[in-house]
Amino acid sequence: MNNRGNIFERINKNTRTNLITIGIIILAYMVFQIMIVTGNLTNLMQGLLVPLCYYSILAISLNLTVGILGELSLGHAGFMCVGAFTGAFFSNSMVDIIHNTFLRFSLAIITGAIFAALFGTLIGVVVLRLRGDYLAIVTLAFGEIIKNVINVLYIGFDSRGFHISMKDSVSLNLLGDGKVILNGAKGITGTPNDTTFTVSVILLIAIYLIITNLIHSRSGRAIMAIRDNRIAAESVGIDITKFKLLAFTLSASMAGIAGVLYSHNISSLMATPKNFGYNMSIMILVFVVLGGIGNIRGSIIAAVLLTLLPEYLRFMNDYRMLIYAIVLIIMMIFNWNPACIAWRKSHPIQRLLRTKIKKEA
Amino acid sequence: MSFITYLIKGISLGSVYSIIALGYTMVYGIAKMLNFAHGDVIMIGGYIIFITMSSMGMNPAVAVLASIVCCAALGVTIEKIAYKPLRKASSLAVLITAIGVSYLLQNVALLIFGADSKSFTSVISIPALKLAGDKLTISGETLITIPACIIIMVSLSIFIKKSRTGRAMLAVSEDKDAAVLMGVNVSKTIAITFAIGSSLAAVASALMFSAYPSLSSTSGSMPGIKAFVAAVFGGIGSIPGAMLGGILLGVIEILSRAYISSQLADAIVFVILIIVLLVKPTGILGKKMHEKV
Repeated sequence: MNNRGNIFERINKNTRTNLITIGIIILAYMVFQIMIVTGNLTNLMQGLLVPLCYYSILAISLNLTVGILGELSLGHAGFMCVGAFTGAFFSNSMVDIIHNTFLRFSLAIITGAIFAALFGTLIGVVVLRLRGDYLAIVTLAFGEIIKNVINVLYIGFDSRGFHISMKDSVSLNLLGDGKVILNGAKGITGTPNDTTFTVSVILLIAIYLIITNLIHSRSGRAIMAIRDNRIAAESVGIDITKFKLLAFTLSASMAGIAGVLYSHNISSLMATPKNFGYNMSIMILVFVVLGGIGNIRGSIIAAVLLTLLPEYLRFMNDYRMLIYAIVLIIMMIFNWNPACIAWRKSHPIQRLLRTKIKKEA
Repeated sequence: MSFITYLIKGISLGSVYSIIALGYTMVYGIAKMLNFAHGDVIMIGGYIIFITMSSMGMNPAVAVLASIVCCAALGVTIEKIAYKPLRKASSLAVLITAIGVSYLLQNVALLIFGADSKSFTSVISIPALKLAGDKLTISGETLITIPACIIIMVSLSIFIKKSRTGRAMLAVSEDKDAAVLMGVNVSKTIAITFAIGSSLAAVASALMFSAYPSLSSTSGSMPGIKAFVAAVFGGIGSIPGAMLGGILLGVIEILSRAYISSQLADAIVFVILIIVLLVKPTGILGKKMHEKV
């Protein structure tokens, strides 16, 4: 009887946490919408609304890999890049065929998610059987490969169909009615700006729900068992590769969705080190670490705070990356150093906080 | 003739990769961690040489020596402050810390030296060697780099096999707990490993920036990552493996830059990493490690 009560309590608690988080997101959304209508929102803030959503999506999807699966991925920006380019490519080639914005954008999101998932599976099959450190370096390598390849890729489209070249746009040999969609290092220009704040928020909530549901499902428990002890998990019959691949692919496809939101929010999409490079992956990692590894709600909060703060602390801009680096190191030492753990145990306020976090997890 | 020129250039670049890869492979073998900040130590080493030579007008040999000493101190300090407190923590925590350190070094360099890249003055003043009736030119940098790599490799192998410290390193890499029981000072051994790895990074920076003179706060990270690929390629933990992997990678990079596409050369290097991991995850000369429960 007592046991059963605990289970109910736990289920309720999960649902309650989810409802609170979604409630906060919807409340924030409504506040922002009212502020837009009444004209109280600055242009700067309006421009930040969609980025807030895709950064949050990136952070929670990376948290699935880092926090739940326990593997470090440094190529999250690479998956975002795949999603951004395939989604933008789709929208650009379909802009004259599908006139319904909603339908076209939905299909673009699906396209981006599928391609990112495809690459996620490809990378996952190669590395997930190996030990952790390799995954970090291979995902990093993957991010660089994607960026380099897109910068030399030219794809055009005319009445005869698609043409691909790796030299320049002239060698595509397009007919008079053709148009170059992906123009090498110049990227994709003229993508319809289909991303709206509403769509972004809906996607954020959907992805949040998918991830939290996964965590509390049978698969999620299997994934966390692999994280905590791979050999023990294997010995109770958990298919390691399958579940690792599941989490990794899901995480990649969500990064792809964030990429589609990104590419449909700007006018010209280019693969530069700044938007899809190593630094971007690190920034998402900082969101995850600061929000708490494995804490999905924390990732959203960290992503929102760290996107908003720099805009208001412009004078600190030069030191931003430096502070990120120090935050990473201090957070890790504070969380994992035996001496720090002992110190936290011996301090009552810290103990209180710790048990609270433990209950939530 | 151009093929041979490219080949020599590739071996020269590969020798630099080998020296960097040694630092990775030693730290990985002994501390069981991927020291992401290794590439950025190269960058710091480059800046130290740049300052001592250009601003203080010192002799190149003195500059390189100063850089070696500073980098060794930097490596030991990083280990002491960031990695040592996490020696018993999960590999994920250590890896994230290492990335933090790498990022910290890059941004400190960016704040001190600015975003514009500096033009490095070569520390090597040997004239180029002209062979086969001036058709084949071997630069002075290459003439120094390849022998330097061989000397480092041989002396390091002898040091590890023969000296007391070297054998302590082997013992720690084999089994840390057993090494403690045999009276090996593990902390000291790991610190020495970092010192050696980082001073090798300083040597590599002198050779690399002499041949490729553009120096900026991020110019260490790419060679660092490629050197790690080289270490994995040759078999991580193995010193001859690091050399073999480094040289193969350098040759592949220069040849694909010359014959396939200069923009895709980096991508090709990384594709090789993925293929190696797929076919032979332990690398060419690596030993298979069995995981103990």
